[in-house]
Amino acid sequence: MPVSNLSAAPGPQARKAEAQEVESVTIRFCGDSGDGMQLAGTQFTNASAMLGNDISTLPDFPAEIRAPAGTLAGVSGFQVHFSSHDIHTPGDKLNTLVAMNPAALKTNIKDLESGGILIVNSDAFTTSDLHKAGYKANPLEDDSLKGYRVYKIRINTLNREAVADMKLSPREADRCKNFFALGLVFWLYERSLDPTLRWIHQKFGKNPAVLEANTRTLKAGYNYGETTEALPVHYRVPKAQIKPGVYRKITGNEAIALGLVAAANLANMPICCASYPITPASDILHHLSELKRYGVRAIQAEDEIAAIGMAIGAAFGGSLGVTGTSGPGICLKSEAIGLAVMTELPLVIIDVQRGGPSTGLPTKTEQADLLQAMFGRNGECPVAIVAPCSPADCFDMVFEAVRLAISFMTPVFLLSDGYLANGAEPWLIPKVDDLPKIKVEHPTKGNGNGNGEAHFLPYKRDERLVRQWAIPGTAGLEHRIGGLEKEDVTGNVSYDPANHEHMIKTRAQKIANIANEIPELAVNGPAEGDLLVIGWGGTYGSINEAVKNAQKKGHKVAQAHLRYLNPMPKNTGDVLKRYKKVLVPELNTGQLRLLLRGIFLVDAVGLNKVQGRPFLVSEIEAKIEEMLK
Amino acid sequence: MSTATSLPTLTAKDLASDQEVRWCPGCGDYSILAQMKKALAPLGIPREKMVFVSGIGCSSRFPYYMNTYGFHSIHGRAPTFATGLKASRPDLTVWVITGDGDGLSIGGNHLIHAIRRNIDMKIVLFNNEIYGLTKGQYSPTSRLGTRTKSSPLGSIDNPLRPLSLAIGAEATFVARTVDVDINHLTETLRRASAHKGTAFIEIYQNCKIFNDLVFEYATDKSIKADNILHLEHGKPLIFGKDRNKGIRLHGLDPEVVTLGNGITVDDLLIHDEKAEEPSLAYLLSRMVYPRFPECFGVFRAVERPIYEDTLNKQIDDAIRTKGRGKLEDLFAADDTWVVA
Repeated sequence: MPVSNLSAAPGPQARKAEAQEVESVTIRFCGDSGDGMQLAGTQFTNASAMLGNDISTLPDFPAEIRAPAGTLAGVSGFQVHFSSHDIHTPGDKLNTLVAMNPAALKTNIKDLESGGILIVNSDAFTTSDLHKAGYKANPLEDDSLKGYRVYKIRINTLNREAVADMKLSPREADRCKNFFALGLVFWLYERSLDPTLRWIHQKFGKNPAVLEANTRTLKAGYNYGETTEALPVHYRVPKAQIKPGVYRKITGNEAIALGLVAAANLANMPICCASYPITPASDILHHLSELKRYGVRAIQAEDEIAAIGMAIGAAFGGSLGVTGTSGPGICLKSEAIGLAVMTELPLVIIDVQRGGPSTGLPTKTEQADLLQAMFGRNGECPVAIVAPCSPADCFDMVFEAVRLAISFMTPVFLLSDGYLANGAEPWLIPKVDDLPKIKVEHPTKGNGNGNGEAHFLPYKRDERLVRQWAIPGTAGLEHRIGGLEKEDVTGNVSYDPANHEHMIKTRAQKIANIANEIPELAVNGPAEGDLLVIGWGGTYGSINEAVKNAQKKGHKVAQAHLRYLNPMPKNTGDVLKRYKKVLVPELNTGQLRLLLRGIFLVDAVGLNKVQGRPFLVSEIEAKIEEMLK
Repeated sequence: MSTATSLPTLTAKDLASDQEVRWCPGCGDYSILAQMKKALAPLGIPREKMVFVSGIGCSSRFPYYMNTYGFHSIHGRAPTFATGLKASRPDLTVWVITGDGDGLSIGGNHLIHAIRRNIDMKIVLFNNEIYGLTKGQYSPTSRLGTRTKSSPLGSIDNPLRPLSLAIGAEATFVARTVDVDINHLTETLRRASAHKGTAFIEIYQNCKIFNDLVFEYATDKSIKADNILHLEHGKPLIFGKDRNKGIRLHGLDPEVVTLGNGITVDDLLIHDEKAEEPSLAYLLSRMVYPRFPECFGVFRAVERPIYEDTLNKQIDDAIRTKGRGKLEDLFAADDTWVVA
């Protein structure tokens, strides 16, 4: 994309000092929730991704849209890990922290490495804001920050000067200050301003004053870094050596929306997604609502139950029915999921997990809905469950969810989480022709044997125990389905005791049969050894890096990651038995561990964290070391 | 799929499924089932294009007895399944069968939202003022003081008026009929079927076992003429065995008057089912026996954009103006870069 004509952005050749080259860097922008930290972080991520770094992000924001300004509760942060090699996590310790006010400093400083760069907006360290953050003395004036390289920059003042002659109100002017900080950090890490300048043009094209103000302050921040000697060093993170191809940045929620549309498109079937707004899943509904020209019917329902009801109704009519929500929404949908199990209709249920129980921690991540997905319904009610392991993997796994739902006429859960949903990474854009085709068949002829049997038998099954998907509008196949127990084959209402048990077992076996059509569990590392670290979902990256570090130290440790949780891959039991010990890190109190112990009689040990935040690599590494002692 | 060039000719019998009907002897549901088949058979709608969706309760067994597509769903949620179905398959004729407990208690939320969206589906609420399938508890339409197993001293919940609720939810078609008046019932179902948009029909339905004769005032031939009023569009509101009573407006309230002594037909309210504002329909829906005669017929029948038409038009317009989306464009919609 030609970008150079948009601006006279400073280029690297203009620099005075040569930049130091480093392998990877983790930085965090933090400030008040109204300070535009998510935007600054996103722009920094885009610029880094387009420069060719591998990236991984961790947005962290409060549930309140605007908590009182300056308070600890209102702090919003965005962490970016960018690297010249393959990375899987947003980083443990921060190399650089940008703090826009005292509250942000207070809540984030503990994550900054010793000797790390701390850029603070010194204008915000007023008596009042210090008080709101609970500081008795100004930390910029005592020696409490002496372990860091502190750069006190008067960002409010410099920003206002940058837009001084534009006749903006102080409030309007201050709104741009995140871009001053961003410009400065762009200089610090030698990023191009072009992607952000292009974004400013797109976003504010109709508002020339705002366009101009943001452009000026972004450049002013950059030039401040370059021309003053406020920061004595700057850094370069070279391009990562990653698989060739065309890339874009993608969040888990974006990947889910794209995967759904791709799967429906390749299956040549209409898609109907009905959802009720809920954090952190709403973005899926937002993305799908924009994709009308891809034939997507996106419906905002009146509540969670209505949303799944609409999705099931659409599935009955022959559409790909989808509903997306978070844990509290799943609670409300449970009865309808049971109906979809009973009526054996395809359905994709997306649960973007957040901290629970109840309303819990709406904007924070957790993995505590696994057992709810497995068992959280009345009766014996098996569903298929898949779980993506990274933001980009959400595309592949939602595609799998669609494939399994249609192929086995069953509801399929996709368990994402807040970390995957909002986190971003580069995505190698797949070639459409390489994507699997999903076969959809709606019968047009009866399946009865003609000898006194009904013309159409809605619960007659194939050898995999899957019934046919006959849809309204097909003459001669009129039939009735519902939540009452069915007689097998005919689908007539049946209270027969033996039939009920037969149907319970049949529904369970149908789900178990999915194991024949999914990949086996792969192992990273030795095929047998002292320790297997097995996880599921968004913890993949942290486990992967921890295991690799342990392997580098010579430990016989391997990683396995379950992307299919019900049924699990056929070789799961074999894999577990090949290691002396099994460690299960989870962001819950041990839900997968309970399943593994119950199903495979393996003495699995848990590493459990429920703080609304992902694992640090170091936390898992420490547990590995402890278990190998 | 059949592309019928001539209208199929169905009889009521063609619409009967092979399932044994299992309502209690004497239940009003039998009549509704029979009139539904009679009403729909001659309309030229192919059987395979009809879908009956229901919730839970006695009335919700209805779909099993129709030889059409059917979905017996979960308690109170039938309008949601019907919405997803109709929104994605506008070619289908969708009927929702519900009851006073299913539709107004556990499913009240879905009912009002389906109605406000004006999805082209027909919602038939069998109102028997009692819970039947759970064996006789009071329902959201039971009159104050109704003694049941769960209200041994008489119910203390103020009853809902289904039609007032539907009108409040911006219904475009609202009607009331009764199980035993088979001609009126058939005609009302046909009117609903012809309506474009959500049609909401309340049917007074007798529960022989748990609430027998609760609508006797409106069905007993010897007294009903004085207790009910048949609405006719453009006609004055007259009722009574001798057709000498009527409804007049007193301030903002209706009052019953007897014609004569200076009161003429010209003083009476004229029914207007097409009135843009629902005030008259609402006023009529508030008339409750014994203070007033209760109205039967079509209260309101107006046109408004249909949800699925608008939904699908937005999609068609997007495709027409921007072209049908290609996956390659979708994947590369954000900034991309090449790694060589």
